[in-house]
Amino acid sequence: MRSLLTLTLALTAGTLGMAAAQTKTITVAAFPDLDSVIKAALPGFKKLYPNIEVKINSLAYADHHTALTTALSTGKGAADVVAVDFGYIGRFAEGNGLVDLSKAPYNAGQFRSQFVAYTYPQATAPDGRMVAMPTDIGPGSMFYRSDLLKKAGVQPSELNRSWESYIAAGKRVVAANPGSFLIPDAGEAAQIILRTGLKSGEGLYFDKSGKVLVGPDNPRFVRAFTVAKQIRDAKLDARAGGAFSPDWTTAFQKGNLATEFSGAWLVGHMQNWLAKDYSGKWAAQNLPGGTFASWGGSFYAIPQQSQNKTEAWALIKYLTTDRAQQVLAFKTTGAFPALRAAANDPIFNEGVPYLGGQKARIQWRQAALKIQPLDVNRLDPIAEQIVNDALNTVLDGSRDIPTALREAQTLITRRAR
Amino acid sequence: MLASKPTPAARRGGWTDFQRRYAPYIFISPFFILFFVFGLFPILFNAYLSFQQWQPGSGLGEMKFVGLRNYTDNLTDPTFWQSLRNTAVLAVLSGLPQHLIAIPLAFAVAGVLRRMQHLVTAVYFLPYITSIVAISVIFFTLFSWQYGVINAALNALHGLPLIGGLFPADRINWLGQKEYVQPAVALVVIWRYTGWNMLLYLSGLQAIPRELYEAAAVDGATGGQQFRYITLPLLRPIMFVAVTLSLIGGLQLFEEPFILTNGTGGAGQAGLTTIMYMYRTYASYSDAGVAAAMSWLLFLVIGALTLVNNRLFGRSGLAGRDER
Repeated sequence: MRSLLTLTLALTAGTLGMAAAQTKTITVAAFPDLDSVIKAALPGFKKLYPNIEVKINSLAYADHHTALTTALSTGKGAADVVAVDFGYIGRFAEGNGLVDLSKAPYNAGQFRSQFVAYTYPQATAPDGRMVAMPTDIGPGSMFYRSDLLKKAGVQPSELNRSWESYIAAGKRVVAANPGSFLIPDAGEAAQIILRTGLKSGEGLYFDKSGKVLVGPDNPRFVRAFTVAKQIRDAKLDARAGGAFSPDWTTAFQKGNLATEFSGAWLVGHMQNWLAKDYSGKWAAQNLPGGTFASWGGSFYAIPQQSQNKTEAWALIKYLTTDRAQQVLAFKTTGAFPALRAAANDPIFNEGVPYLGGQKARIQWRQAALKIQPLDVNRLDPIAEQIVNDALNTVLDGSRDIPTALREAQTLITRRAR
Repeated sequence: MLASKPTPAARRGGWTDFQRRYAPYIFISPFFILFFVFGLFPILFNAYLSFQQWQPGSGLGEMKFVGLRNYTDNLTDPTFWQSLRNTAVLAVLSGLPQHLIAIPLAFAVAGVLRRMQHLVTAVYFLPYITSIVAISVIFFTLFSWQYGVINAALNALHGLPLIGGLFPADRINWLGQKEYVQPAVALVVIWRYTGWNMLLYLSGLQAIPRELYEAAAVDGATGGQQFRYITLPLLRPIMFVAVTLSLIGGLQLFEEPFILTNGTGGAGQAGLTTIMYMYRTYASYSDAGVAAAMSWLLFLVIGALTLVNNRLFGRSGLAGRDER
């Protein structure tokens, strides 16, 4: 009798315990503006999963990724859902800190066809593990100042027909608008050319077997360096270095730039602070020479150390595969959806006020579909640095192209062991 | 234990006994705890790490012992040697002027500018305590190729009649051209640390007894002679300290070149210091072991140069004091 009572008590306690366990709190770590996307999504998520409480921890962009690296390396302190930016995904894919979403119970492969094609390979490690789900993308676009072009009598199509016509037309634009520049930095053209025309199975710098592709015999690198050098020699670039450098910002604010290549998201920066006074004067066009490239993009991942993987996956699935949610994200911050169905929302047919009402989103949607997947390699950050250094020695005239590429090849090969 | 048999005498005896024997350790423990956690442990862990191959994102379990390979990798890496050369050049380029400006300045402040001593000291010390972010914004604006104040000033000077020819006609791309990166970085470092050195020398000067100067004046020594035969020799110990600090600081240069070149090392990697390269190896290349080995190699270089400095300068500094 007594044991029966104990058993009943135990069972009751067990049931109660389960009821309590059903309301779980999970944490999400993100960076601005992605945190506002998640915040906007929570009311809808709460309706579907009333028992999951979500807490958002937001840190500045670099701090977020540093904190995540520390948490993964020590095995402690990571949130249940972590946002990962495109620039870091390759590094995290190499380690074993993130859950393989291609395996059961997640089976992320079932959604593959619903996403923009190049996003899945970005989040997949060379050994086939998929470490994160894509949420937004940055389809590349050429922005141009229609007023400066008009003054030079140059048609936008002349700029994007080929790289040669881009340079030729660019010379006319700069000549007709004293003090203006065609492009913030000549190196940008090289970056785009490097990212296009890859053979299947090739990464940017390494092929599938890890062989170094950089070198004076690789036409892709020679062409990229040659075009950049032509732009620099024609004095068409503002030598501003990377995006968001002070020279880059000032040139935009003063209205001295005729074109810039970037992700669709640049419009948000331009209208809010970067080129406020030039609303209606900027327009968008595809990249020169029929090339398509991506600028950034964000992902969500689950750390191995998470104790609430089921709930974490529920949230990630909601944020990435729910069409209404992806449209909401676009409305919140202008993050271009990685989910293809979301890009069919009527809002994408509307004009962009800053671009003078141009229906640029349709153009970006089509561009996103043409971007090729790139294989990632653990040594990509090293190779990228070495290639950029080599490019700079070519641009400042201290090396010719074959020498610079040969040196870069030696340096990268040395590290690839 | 004590509470189970609470006799007043025993409690008081135990408490004073505890106070006398253990309380000092408890009071001094915060320093040792902090030192072990944030001082000693990282050093030992870094030493251990320098023999491992490790990607920080993979968790602590993924370390692999590789022996001395991290060290040999660094020693055969041309970029590592280049970063050492950059560091050495920057240390000299920014270190020497700091002292050459700070010593006469301190002498002037202690003598001629005595009334305004606090104001002048504060003005020169300000850069040392200013946030590096604010500094970078200021110098970006000054150095900017297209829109910078320095280039605008040079341009204006070039337009002058007669002396215009001495100044460049074209704008100089200070941070984007290999030859100018190191001077630009050195200029910021000099601007930032001269005040600090001046303060060191000022305190050294004020420790020199005034009677010496009075006696010299009575003997008819000029200001220049006083500086040459009293100030300089007696300033040697503080010069040794200041130079040693500049040497170590110069070899660990990171913030100024990192921020001025956006972390890239600038044109031709001329602004890439060893600490920057170490940071890049860890943060961008995720190669913690190689970065750790690099920090030990730099430690050896700093140790060797400090020793040389000690031999050359420290000895004579002490000898100078003996002669007094």
